[in-house]
Amino acid sequence: MSGTPAIRAEAERLFALFQSAGAVSVEAAILQPSEVLLDLYGEEIRARAYVTSDPELGEQMLRPDFTVPIVQAHMQDGAEPARYTYMGEVFRKQEAGSERASEFLQVGYEVFDRANPATADAEVFALFAQAVGDAPLRASIGDIGVLIAAVQGLETSARRRAALMRHIWRPARFRALLDRFAGRAEMPEGRAELIGALDGLDLAQIVQGAGPEIGLRRAGEVTARLAALREDMDAAPIPAGQISAVNAILNLTDSADKAAGQLAEIANQFPAIKPAAQGFAKRLNALKERGVDVAALTYEGSYGRTSMEYYDGFVFGFAREGAAPVASGGRYDALTRVLGQGRAIPAVGGVIRPELLVEGAS
Amino acid sequence: MTLKLGVPSKGRLMEDTFAWFGARGVTLQRTGSDREYAGAVSGVEGVELILMSAGEIPRELASGRIDLGVTGTDLVREKIALWDEKIETLSELGFGHADLILAVPRFWADVSGLDDLDAVAAAFRAEHGFRLRIATKYHRLVRDHLREAGVADYQLVDSQGATEGTVKNETAEAIADITSSGATLEANHLKVLGGPPILRSQATLFASKTSGADAGLMAMLTAKLGL
Repeated sequence: MSGTPAIRAEAERLFALFQSAGAVSVEAAILQPSEVLLDLYGEEIRARAYVTSDPELGEQMLRPDFTVPIVQAHMQDGAEPARYTYMGEVFRKQEAGSERASEFLQVGYEVFDRANPATADAEVFALFAQAVGDAPLRASIGDIGVLIAAVQGLETSARRRAALMRHIWRPARFRALLDRFAGRAEMPEGRAELIGALDGLDLAQIVQGAGPEIGLRRAGEVTARLAALREDMDAAPIPAGQISAVNAILNLTDSADKAAGQLAEIANQFPAIKPAAQGFAKRLNALKERGVDVAALTYEGSYGRTSMEYYDGFVFGFAREGAAPVASGGRYDALTRVLGQGRAIPAVGGVIRPELLVEGAS
Repeated sequence: MTLKLGVPSKGRLMEDTFAWFGARGVTLQRTGSDREYAGAVSGVEGVELILMSAGEIPRELASGRIDLGVTGTDLVREKIALWDEKIETLSELGFGHADLILAVPRFWADVSGLDDLDAVAAAFRAEHGFRLRIATKYHRLVRDHLREAGVADYQLVDSQGATEGTVKNETAEAIADITSSGATLEANHLKVLGGPPILRSQATLFASKTSGADAGLMAMLTAKLGL
């Protein structure tokens, strides 16, 4: 059991608030099978979650978040639309020497609703704004959907777009690829020589000559990639105007109401992001209708890119300057598709850490 | 009070360590039968020789149960979080050189570096429905290295020995392991990925920062060893 009585009481207050907003309270097991989490987050989750093993059940993890089990449960037998709330400990390994807690309470609120994403986003944000009350926190919002739309609208090969999409949540790698595809950075070392050596030769023979075929990756996969690399060498660089549009989107930091105007301007130069920019404006209106002062919100074009890689639309957070967010959340439509085995539903939600709220108040 | 010196209990590493100390006037030797893990020290006062598994020496140094120890840099960095707050490097010993490297099947003609590995991992996952497996026992070092390089869509599978065989046995697609000559890789139809290795390791004399060792004895020993 983590937390002082004051933290527990704060958690209960938030839990009751979320229930009064219409959410059904749900539970999730503390021990979660590793498989799903690993598949979703990759090897990194092993560095962040506590891993344990059971002779019968195999590798298990101490619940690193609630989102995955809640989405899973909803996709199995949830009614629509649905609003859920939960309260409990989550467990995260912290970097050695870090002062951050490795076990803490989270209270969350998740909305699964097809009707109107903009109003659902606004509902969640407004509820969290109410939950943190007048604590001196900076509210930031972002929209990964704008960046995704930009990447998908780039005039380049499908393969290059897919490579960028895959690394949207790894900013440094994304930047390196973007520079390369723009023709502003070198190809990886040895690439030109490799492609040069393929000239006029039979790819299958090259692979066969390189060594015996061992392992699950077959020779056909190697030749296919060689062919793809050869093709990629001749690909035209992404137009400079589109690269500057992506940079403008990533670097845009302003109050949310001004950001909407700037996004609309970028969309004039780069029409691929028009629907996403309009979606952003619509969400802003929904926020205003909820009574949120959008001029006081900071829009950050790169917000939410380094945390969990399932947010793919609206993202938000409430934090003290330079500290871990007290509350954060966002839209994760794609996650429901991954965990829904073919079915999907638009989803948005967030979590709040009562102990950080109490700490700030004392 | 004595200084406890942990030394690998067998093989080349033990012999080379004994020779390194011997060349500096400190004689380390095993006592009793071949099979008994007991040792003696002469040539310097107040040092006790403890023969132990090289793999356990980092942990014992970090916890301060031994004052000094000889082991590989790789093991210290893999096993001890914030190792340099708990353990101090006294001297590299100039033997036991080995690099921690990533290796892939030689017939992967399309792969020469980490950038390729990342792209292959994505394609492999799409084709086979699971993440590309890398067999290793150096989980922390490999994970940090791949994170730094922005490699995704892989998973580590634990392999405590015969790691080079895992690809042929289809329990992994690539490996990360310590190699000194590369002959084993070659024999198992693997090639080293280009670029600098994950880590260059060698046998090193470490001191614990947590054991509260007798400073006088320590000064005497380091003077004798010329450190």
